[in-house]
Amino acid sequence: MFAMNRGRLTLIGVVAVGAVVALAGCASGDPLAEPASSAGGSTIVVGSQAYYSNEIIAEIYSQALEAGGFTVDRQFQIGQREVYLPDIEAGKIDVFPEYTGDLLQALDKTAAGGTSDETYEQLQAALPDNLRVLDQAGASDQNSWTVTADFATKYNLTDIASLINVSVPITVGGNSELETRPYGPTALKEKYGIQTAGFKPVEDGGGPLTVKALEDGDIQLANIYTASPAFESGNLVVLEDPDALFLPSNVVPVVSDKIDDAAAAILNKVSAALTEDTLVQLNSQSVNDELSADKIATAWLTKEKLI
Amino acid sequence: MNFVTETVAWLIDPANWVGAGGIPTRLVQHLLFTLVTLVLAAVIAVPIGFLIGHTGRGRGLAVATSGAFRAIPTLGLLTLVALWVGIGLNAPYVALTVLAIPPILAGAYTGFEAIDRKIIDAARAVGMSEAQIVLKVELPLGLPLLIGGLRSATLQVVATATLAAYVADFGLGRYLFEGLRIRDYGEMLGGSILVILLAIVLEGVFALAQKLVVPRGVTAGLPTDIRDGSSRSRPAMESTIKEGTSHVRNE
Amino acid sequence: MTWIWSNLDLIWDRTFDHLILSVPSIILSFVIALPFGALAHRYRTSRAVILTTVGLLYAIPSLPLFIVLPFIVGTSIRSPLNLIIALTLYGVALMVRVVADGLGSVDRDVQQSATAVGFSGWTSFWQVELPLAGPVLLAGLRVVAVSTVSLATVGAVIGAQSLGSLFTDGFQRGIQAEIIAGTLATVLLALVLDAILVLIGRLLMPWTRRSAIGVRVRPDTVAQEVTA
Repeated sequence: MFAMNRGRLTLIGVVAVGAVVALAGCASGDPLAEPASSAGGSTIVVGSQAYYSNEIIAEIYSQALEAGGFTVDRQFQIGQREVYLPDIEAGKIDVFPEYTGDLLQALDKTAAGGTSDETYEQLQAALPDNLRVLDQAGASDQNSWTVTADFATKYNLTDIASLINVSVPITVGGNSELETRPYGPTALKEKYGIQTAGFKPVEDGGGPLTVKALEDGDIQLANIYTASPAFESGNLVVLEDPDALFLPSNVVPVVSDKIDDAAAAILNKVSAALTEDTLVQLNSQSVNDELSADKIATAWLTKEKLI
Repeated sequence: MNFVTETVAWLIDPANWVGAGGIPTRLVQHLLFTLVTLVLAAVIAVPIGFLIGHTGRGRGLAVATSGAFRAIPTLGLLTLVALWVGIGLNAPYVALTVLAIPPILAGAYTGFEAIDRKIIDAARAVGMSEAQIVLKVELPLGLPLLIGGLRSATLQVVATATLAAYVADFGLGRYLFEGLRIRDYGEMLGGSILVILLAIVLEGVFALAQKLVVPRGVTAGLPTDIRDGSSRSRPAMESTIKEGTSHVRNE
Repeated sequence: MTWIWSNLDLIWDRTFDHLILSVPSIILSFVIALPFGALAHRYRTSRAVILTTVGLLYAIPSLPLFIVLPFIVGTSIRSPLNLIIALTLYGVALMVRVVADGLGSVDRDVQQSATAVGFSGWTSFWQVELPLAGPVLLAGLRVVAVSTVSLATVGAVIGAQSLGSLFTDGFQRGIQAEIIAGTLATVLLALVLDAILVLIGRLLMPWTRRSAIGVRVRPDTVAQEVTA
């Protein structure tokens, strides 16, 4: 009886080991594991951040490229900048929707920035030789200091400097890195003498929970991206930034050498059509209508006659 | 391996040891959060566990429920609850309490079940009431396994409580998330080492407690040296593993 | 809940990603834990060293491990291989203790009988001790399976695709149905893998259907099994 068990044991052992090998092979052969820069010359790898709005833009670029006859390998939702930037720098991703000011600061912490064109030029200079940016879109999705409309009315707030009028403690909320960013609470204090009362991290990139925290009064000041559909409600107010505390962050595709003129032309055409209002609408379709990125992309590209 | 030096540099930097975001404050927050979560989970799980262990009823249901509870990903529960209740500690408390319940529950009822039925019968025979049996016989005898359950729960909660920083300015997890986002691996690893040290200290405390609570002259249910027995059956041992007072990580 | 119905293909894709992360980790945990557990079982000193080490391993928070591991083993940070290694480490940490305890639960009289009827240490381990420890090992492996499936979701925070991606995406977009779907799919996947393990256990250890699960296999039954 045991002999039989042993046979069965061996058999199952073999199957199990085979399964491991197969799955491990599957895993390392998975395009996610080792991006296919070496595989097939005609496939373009398009990446996106783990941020729904960025995924929509990546999907739009992908569908436009596919309509132009290119084969696209989508590697979406691959984390935040700290995770994917090394892969872009290594040339493993051919097209990645980025934001001019944000990427510039990630590449060069001391970058001066300036107007949107100046920022774009500095970004071109800061990129490694194997990468370039194509035309920037009109749409931007940049950091902002945002308060509720009620709070703005109560303390007569218009721009960032006017926060000095606020007589209650100001608690700041946003992703944890905000606390140490060049435009963070320290900048408010040094530049405008605004003393904040504390920092509460909310790791949703200025998403619904951050908005809720503002509305609940858990925080008074939040970093919310300007293309957030949360602004559609009219309950939130972006404080004006005349001193350019935040760098302009226009949408821009970062591309590798693999993008030829034909592909670049397609991407530039898409970027030209991508305005600020468009991006907010697309984001709203994702958040409010709960549509998936590919449906949103197809509908918009069709409407704009880009595919 | 330059992140080793970065980590050491971060850990010994005096600036990181002071203020509201300093290591002592975050450590205390982390510890308090862990303790409150354990108390919450114990208040729910221990009475149920004792009831199951004492009556022998509802065990199948409890095993199935804790199995499903254990499979609930903490990150999912945390984000879901946070969308309802907002930022702060409420969502982490809910998510982490759910995480801590299965091992404590299992510890509570396996502790009772591990007791030789003859002892209970004897207690009943000498005229003890049910309450007396629970309090004077079953509780002391089942305590080592209950503490074993609390110990597993503690280890999980300490490590997983780092996720609380996803929605709250709280605990050692702040260092992990901030370090990750600003690519400061010294801070991230330094924070991790603190979590590990805290876990080790708590492990030590529980190991000691587990030894101390064994009533004199009693060794049954003490999950230490399991190699000395010969033909004695050890239901306590088996069920410990089966229903998982063994450590389970479940973030 | 309409989100779930219109995104079934997405849920399915993420479930597949999740399987690729968790199934190899579960199997590898078992295979690797076996020798270490046996070693921990055999000698008192190795027991102390090994069990303390795996205990420490288990205290490492998962998020930083996911991030640091690529630097150590040279994988890409978002490579599934990276997560598989990390999940395997946690699985091993859990399973080594179970293997040691499982082997320890085998009746010493039985071991001595096996020696008496002429089994060498090696054959006795494979043909007597391991099968008898089987039910305990299976119980431990089930816990490993469930916790691995659950833990794999955390990889989403650093951009590794899994059912956990539905949490981070749903969290940003404020779609509760997406988070609920991810949570339910994770629980379901864990329970399915658990059921598969139980089935494999029945196939491998038909005797456990007769006696209660555990080590209460009567010595004479074992003797029959051994001599048959």
